[in-house]
Amino acid sequence: MVNHREQLDRTFAALVDPTRRAILARLERESASVSELAKPFAIKLPTVMKHLDVLEDAALVTRSKVGRTVTVRLAPEPMREAMDWLRRYERFWSASLDRLAAYAESREAKAREAER
Amino acid sequence: MTSLTLVRRIAARPSIVFDALTTPEGIASWWGPDGGPVVLAETDVRIGGRFRVRFRMLDGSQHESSGEYLEVARPERLAMSWRWAGAEDPGESLVEIDLRPIAGGTELIFTHSRLHDEDSRRSHEQGWNGALDKLERHFLSGSMWCPKGATRRRMATLPTG
Repeated sequence: MVNHREQLDRTFAALVDPTRRAILARLERESASVSELAKPFAIKLPTVMKHLDVLEDAALVTRSKVGRTVTVRLAPEPMREAMDWLRRYERFWSASLDRLAAYAESREAKAREAER
Repeated sequence: MTSLTLVRRIAARPSIVFDALTTPEGIASWWGPDGGPVVLAETDVRIGGRFRVRFRMLDGSQHESSGEYLEVARPERLAMSWRWAGAEDPGESLVEIDLRPIAGGTELIFTHSRLHDEDSRRSHEQGWNGALDKLERHFLSGSMWCPKGATRRRMATLPTG
């Protein structure tokens, strides 16, 4: 549970930064080399490397080196876990509010009966 | 900010919906993600008052949440802090419910926000608004997570006669 929680913290912390989100969105289409990733951003390569360090620490990407090219890939599992965690709230409230509506409607029907 | 917004149209007047949201008897009849029972419901419905609700799911697991009423304006608005008990606790979040009278009943607008404490902390530091919502939509097309302003609607059947 604690590890899971730490992973979630790391995932959300990594996602706070807009450049890192843009990198992830880019990698969602296809894997890319570090220089390809740096191209659309008006930032220097070392800055991109720093963002990649954060993303790798959060296990959101993996890096592999072949020759002189470092390829970055999206690792979807932590993102999926974060989504699952958020969806639990959706399930909880969606089902609860459906039953709340049914309950309130039955109370309304009773109130109308009493007012007649 | 990580938030969930849901809208329900309910064929009942706002005061009845408000009481269903806040009385232990009301809460016991709807609270929880499956058909499992509410085993404890306490409410002290005034600003600064607290609620505590424990429910059992059909798989036998029990879960408890509690919080403080931050705004109480019967019958149109309710806001409360929210916290899961025990190991599930990801920090304090915020629940807001607005009840709007409509023809034949009530439109209920429900928002659960600040769902992750990292999120709420950072949002103050960096003005992070809706960014994660956008990302969720990006990564999860067909998501039920709503951006601010957009809502998912369910029409209740209005009773006739």
